[in-house]
This record gives sequence, structure tokens and C-alpha cells, in this order.
Amino acid sequence: MGGAVVIVLLILMALLAPLIVKWLGYDPNQFHTDKIDPNTQQPTSTFPFGPFDPDHLMGVDAPFGRDIFSRVVYGARISLLIAFLATLLSVIIGATLGVVAGYFGGWVDWVISRGMDLFLAFPLLVFAIALAGVIPDQAFGLSGDALRIVLLIFIIGFFNWGYIARIIRGQALSLREKEFVDASRSLGARGPYILVREMLPNLIAPILIYATLLIPTNILFEAALSFLGVGIRPPTATWGGMLSEAVRYYTLPHFMFWPGMAIFITVLAFNLFGDGLRDALDPKTR
Amino acid sequence: MKRRLVVGVAAGVALALGLSACGGGTSSSNNQGGSSGNANAPAFNAAVGKVFNPSDKKGGTMKFAISSDWDSTDPGDTYYGLSWNLVRLYTRALTMFKVVPGTGSQELVGDLAEGLGESSNGGKTWTYKLRQGLKFEDGTPITAKDVEYAVSRSLEKGTLVNGPFYFNDFLDLKGYKGPYSSKGQDNPAIDTPDDHTIVFKLKKAYGSFDYFAMLPSTAPVPQGKDTGVKYKEHPVSSGPYMFQSYSAGKAFTLVRNPNWDQATDPNRKALPDQYDVTIGANADDIDNQLIAGSYQVDLAGTGVQPAALSRVLGDPNLKARADNPGSARLWYTAINPEVAPLNNIECRKAVMFAADKTLYQQAYGGPLAGGEIASNLLPPIIPGHQKLSVYPPGQDNKGDVAAAKDALQKCGQPSGFSTNLSYRAERPKEKATAEALQQSLGRVGIKLTLKAFPTGDYLALYAGKPSYANGNKLGLMVYGWAADWNDGFGFLSQIIDSRTIRASGGNSNLSVHVPEVDKMIDQAVAETDADKRNQQWSAIDKRVMEEAVVLPGVWAKSVTLRGTQATNVFVNEAFGQYDYMAMGLQ
Repeated sequence: MGGAVVIVLLILMALLAPLIVKWLGYDPNQFHTDKIDPNTQQPTSTFPFGPFDPDHLMGVDAPFGRDIFSRVVYGARISLLIAFLATLLSVIIGATLGVVAGYFGGWVDWVISRGMDLFLAFPLLVFAIALAGVIPDQAFGLSGDALRIVLLIFIIGFFNWGYIARIIRGQALSLREKEFVDASRSLGARGPYILVREMLPNLIAPILIYATLLIPTNILFEAALSFLGVGIRPPTATWGGMLSEAVRYYTLPHFMFWPGMAIFITVLAFNLFGDGLRDALDPKTR
Repeated sequence: MKRRLVVGVAAGVALALGLSACGGGTSSSNNQGGSSGNANAPAFNAAVGKVFNPSDKKGGTMKFAISSDWDSTDPGDTYYGLSWNLVRLYTRALTMFKVVPGTGSQELVGDLAEGLGESSNGGKTWTYKLRQGLKFEDGTPITAKDVEYAVSRSLEKGTLVNGPFYFNDFLDLKGYKGPYSSKGQDNPAIDTPDDHTIVFKLKKAYGSFDYFAMLPSTAPVPQGKDTGVKYKEHPVSSGPYMFQSYSAGKAFTLVRNPNWDQATDPNRKALPDQYDVTIGANADDIDNQLIAGSYQVDLAGTGVQPAALSRVLGDPNLKARADNPGSARLWYTAINPEVAPLNNIECRKAVMFAADKTLYQQAYGGPLAGGEIASNLLPPIIPGHQKLSVYPPGQDNKGDVAAAKDALQKCGQPSGFSTNLSYRAERPKEKATAEALQQSLGRVGIKLTLKAFPTGDYLALYAGKPSYANGNKLGLMVYGWAADWNDGFGFLSQIIDSRTIRASGGNSNLSVHVPEVDKMIDQAVAETDADKRNQQWSAIDKRVMEEAVVLPGVWAKSVTLRGTQATNVFVNEAFGQYDYMAMGLQ
């Protein structure tokens, strides 16, 4: 349940970012050139691998001295937003197609399963990089960062549905042999009714579990895209982007440490929570 | 047990992180051997303006390294400054810059040629006489025909895509395209009346043709041994060293050329026995090995990486091994007058006033590793350079917000405007510049959207292609330019002459189309008196600045390290790098 606590804290942190930063930090894009030593071009505040500066809880970055704490807090918003919504998209598509494939069988199952194979084999990272390069400035009434976030959610969500679909299809396959489904059918229920009223409620548990386990994958994926420079544009802070910038300054490990820690804790929390959830809800693993 | 193991691992990780943070490494030992004291004692900038550790000792293997490959080792197909520096080891061009530290290297002397060219026909014809006794690495004599062939093949931009365009633009080719495209034809622009004389005929007069004669494109190539795009694997040597092995993108080795005669070559000492060049090593690793002494030079010549910079500047022993040369390079941002509202000069002036130049300098690495804040285009190393003050960003260089707001009023955008800024994605310093400009221009309401483009296609498809740049409203374009050689023409011609702008893309001139400037360029090109010419180029600099289409950022400098065993180290100002050809080993 430690996982659940951390997750709640993270969500709170992301939602309250502007307030937190107002108390404890500075605007994430503000420069503090007075914190950079003009001779060595190094930041003077590099906690925890160097001196602690009460103005900047996690130190400042190079070359302009932006506050790392603020950037980590704001980065949480982007990472969590994209991961949650992308997972939601994957779950909706995957659960629907999985249940349909599992219940109906036959050629419907065959077609959808081949679709799953295709999407699971798809070189997602490469495609995402390519697509990110051709994003127009304005589309669907959005522009700038908002448009990029929507497109990232779409790319990550749309291509990851195979994972959930496979699992739900397996569950559906076993569920449709159960007596209550037979009973429903014998009473005259048709496919869609059975799907929605009989099967789906019994599938909520696995859907929830695997959704929770899909979120950290998507967080890492978004971080990877930002690391490669195809995610959100600078100067907006994202954890992956901060890691990417940190590579040049490898002798300043605090630069890498804080976003890396943030990703690590987030992913760990979701994994623990998902495991716990599975232990609690899935009778088979008892 | 398991818990103790976990704790142990965690402790180990923490320890490793802590150790790496200490920065590690002992400071390098003092310079060993050789003469002690006087001018040979290592000191900061000991190789700028003078020779550090002069020596005539021959022998040893010189180890060079570079992190990213340059365009080509083929002398007819290369445009990198470091390549023009290095290529003199295995080729000889008609002329070369004097191999001395300081401003003496601005002077050209004969290399393959006995002396500088003789001009006739009002500067449209240039004649060179080759030295006697010159041989290729296989013993065959070098003749004027080999130089003619070398220049002709360098015209073939479809095959040899990288080199400069000066011969294509200036020779009176009468439709001749080169030995591959115009097979069997003779090059009408070049005559070889005998084996030791070569005559160039130009379309229009050019007073400083000796600079063209310096280009590696004039290094002789035997026609029978020309393998086109594969020639770079083993260019036939006319210099003191020849290729022993070549592994594309990885490494190559040069050994002594037995058929090079020192008596014909007063410019080269040829001290080491062998050169080992490693390509593609990790940049930070090169710095570490340079500090430790396994490499003698980082060929890139752009200085140490940020990680090593703090070590070098913080450790007095390392700082004494460092130099801070300037080079003929300007980092700047083009202001595109085709994108509204920057079509109004007052809006462009607002950008020039509001930009914080100290942040621009910081983005490139500060005053030592980045360079000097630039007030106009011509870098200090170019003769004729003057420090101008056109639309200055305040006394402290942090931006003149009041003047910027005033200019915004005049151009009808009192609360600012929005535009796009482009930069090259793989260049972190350009990204930092973009962020710096976003901040400083944001103070007066100019909102920038930052757009990154791949370096390889930046000029071909994006910023350098007018239809893309204007269609996608790229108002500001971050870029940089180094002189092809150290004079006004060599620095400015490709970036401010509007006639070099091609609609098909690949332009280096991103924003300057001023007919008056074009006229002034033609005047300067025809001028034969060097002092008058330099003054004219300075006047051109001022005129371009007044048009507010270029925001100059930094005149580049770098912090470079001398190898522990290198002798005869000095910065050749013609390249702004150590002279790779002059060095020896202890």
C-alpha cells in the first residue's frame, strides 16, 4: 500500500504544481545566472552532490541556472498526464477489442488477433520519432505544447493496446465457457448484451490491474521520447528532457539524479500498486 | 540475508555515485623532459602568438583523435577547417599560409608553386610556376597537368559534393562541367603551356586569387589514379606523409612518403614518423585521454567539452596546458525580413536591442570557452575588423529594454509579437541560445516558439530553403559561420551576398538581400590594394548591421589542451586551431 500513498502524493504534486513552486521554488524557466560560477561555468548549488542552497532545494542546472526542483515538479504534470491518458486510450481500445475477440471467436477473433500481432510488432519508437518530426503547428484547433501532448497521447495510446487486448481476450475466452453466460444465452440474450452486462463487469479486475501496470511503461516511453528530443518542445520541463540535457554535464550528477529519481520512484510506486492490486483482486494468484 | 544483500547493493551504488561525483583523476604530472624554465614552461596561452616547446627532434607516432567525422579526406571534396589544416600532411596545394604563430600566418607563400601567382589581363588571368623535382608517393613526377586535373575534378559537385564553389563560380568554364560529365573535353579555363606552368582564366577579375590557389582543390591528382568517390580512401600523396591504412569513419594511419624531398619544401618540418588518427571516439573520453596523455590533439579544435572545462579551469596544472585561441567564426542569429512583422525594420531593431548578449555568450560556454560578445559581423582575427556599435543592447550587453519597447511602438506592435525561432537539434549550445533568446526577448513581449531541426538538413531543407523558412514563418534562425580564409571576402561572401541565395535550398545566406551590399561586394572584390579592400569590407559589415537582419552573438573562442608530449605547438591563426602539420613529439 506504500505504492498507493506515493501515487496519491505524486498526483497531488502534479495538480498543485504552481502552488508548490510558488512557495518552495521559482518559475521553472527562469534563469538564475548569479548561481553560475563565471570562471568554471559550473552551478554553485549542486545538492546532494555538493553544497545545499535553501533557495534551490535540488540545485540549479547549467548553463543558465534554472531551478531543478521546479522543473521536476512541473515535469511530473506532463509525465503523469500523458501516461494516464495514453493508458486510458490503450485500455479502451484494447479491452473492447479483447473482449470482442475472446467472446465471438471464429473469424472475428482471427482478424483482431492478427491486428494485435501487427501492433505488438510495430517499431513504435521509430514511428514516434518519425511522426514527431512532421507535426504541424496547428491542427484540430490546438497549437504548440497542447497539440504535441495530444499527439503524444495518441501515438503512445494507440499503439500500445495490444498488451491489454491479449490479456483481456484470454480472460474473455475462459469467461464465455462459464455457466452464467450459458444461462444468459439460453434466456435469449444477444452478443452485445452479454458482453456489456455479463462479461465486462467480471473483467474489470484484470483491466484495472493491467492498466495500472501499463502506466509505468508509458511513463518510461514518454521519457524516452523526450530524451530523444521528439517529445515536448524546450524549454518546457519534462523528466526525460532533463535527463537528455544532463548527459553533457555528467560531472554534475545532481542534474541527472533528481529527474532520474523522480522517474524511478513513480515507476516503482505504480508497479508496487499494480502488484498489490493483483494480489487483492485476482483469485487465481492466491 | 536477502535484506542485508539489498542494503549492501544500495550502499555500493551510493558509494559509486559519490565517487563519480568527486570528479576523480589526479592532476597531470608536470611537463617532463626537455628544457626547463623559460619559454618552454607550460603556461596558459603559451601557444597563442608564439611557439610552445620549439624542437627539431624527429621520430615518434603522433596520436590524433576526433569525436565526429569530417566530410572527406579527399582534398578535392572537403570543406572543414580542420581538414584543410590536416590535409597539408599528405597533399601540397599551389599556395599555403605561412606556418608561423600570430598574424604572420595571414601571409600566403608558395607551396607547390615557387611563389605567389602573377596576374595579368586586369586580374582575369593568373599564372603559377611549379617547383622543380616534385614527385608523387610512387615516384612519378608532379606536373601542371595534375594540378589542372585536380581543379577540374573538384568542379563535379554531383560526385564530389562537399567542397567549396569558388572555382565553379569564378573560372571561365564556357560550359565545361568536369572530367566525368564532360568526358574527353579539355578544361578551357586552365592552360598548361609546359610541365611547370599553369594558367587560370577567370570570368571576372579577382584581386586575391592566391586564396583560391591555397584551396586543397589545387592539390595535384594523377588522372590515372582518380577513383572518384573512392579516392578519399587513398589520396595519392604529394606531401611528406602518405596513407598506410584507411578505415572509413574509424581510423587511418599516415607514414613517411619516401618520395617527398625536403629540399623542395621550406614550409614543412615533418617531425613525427607516423600519424595515427582515431575517428568517432566519445568526446568526453577524448578529453580524458588528452589530459592523461594518450592523445596529443583533439582534431575538432573547438575546445574541451563542458565536463572537462571545469576541471581544466579549476586545476592550475591543467590550465597551464591550455590555450584560448580565437578563430574567424561568428555565432549569430539571422533575422528574416520576409516574415511579418519582421519585414518592418523597427521590429527587427527591437530584436537587436532586446537580446541579452551575456546570455548568448553563456550559452556558448562563457567568455573563455564561448568567446567574445560580438557587436558586428567581422571577427577580430580578420584584417579590417572594427568594433561597431549599431543598435547596441545596452551598456552592460544585457539588452536595452527601453530602446526595444520604443522600436516596437514605431513598428506598430507596442505589446510585442510572436514568431518562430529555429535551431539545430543536435547542437546543445544552439538550444541554449534559443532558450536564452526566448527569455530575453520575452521581456518586451516578443514570444518565441522554439523549433529544432536536424543539423544535416538544416540548410538544405529548412532554414536554408527560402520557401520553407518563409512559409513556416521562421523569423529567427540560429546559425554560425567560419571564414573560408581570413579576409573580408573569405568570411562574408557566402553569408551576405544576395546572389548566392538559391531557391532550391542549401543557402548559407539566410536573411541578407540588400542590393547596395551586393554592389559594395563587387567593388571590394575588384580592389587590388589590400588596405583599401579591408576598409571596404568593414564598411560592408556596417551596412549589413544597419539593415538589422543579423543579430551577432559571439566571436568564437575555445579552450584547447596541448598534448603532454607535443613539441612545436602553436595556434595557426589561419585555422584558429593548433597547426597539426608543424607539431612533433618529445
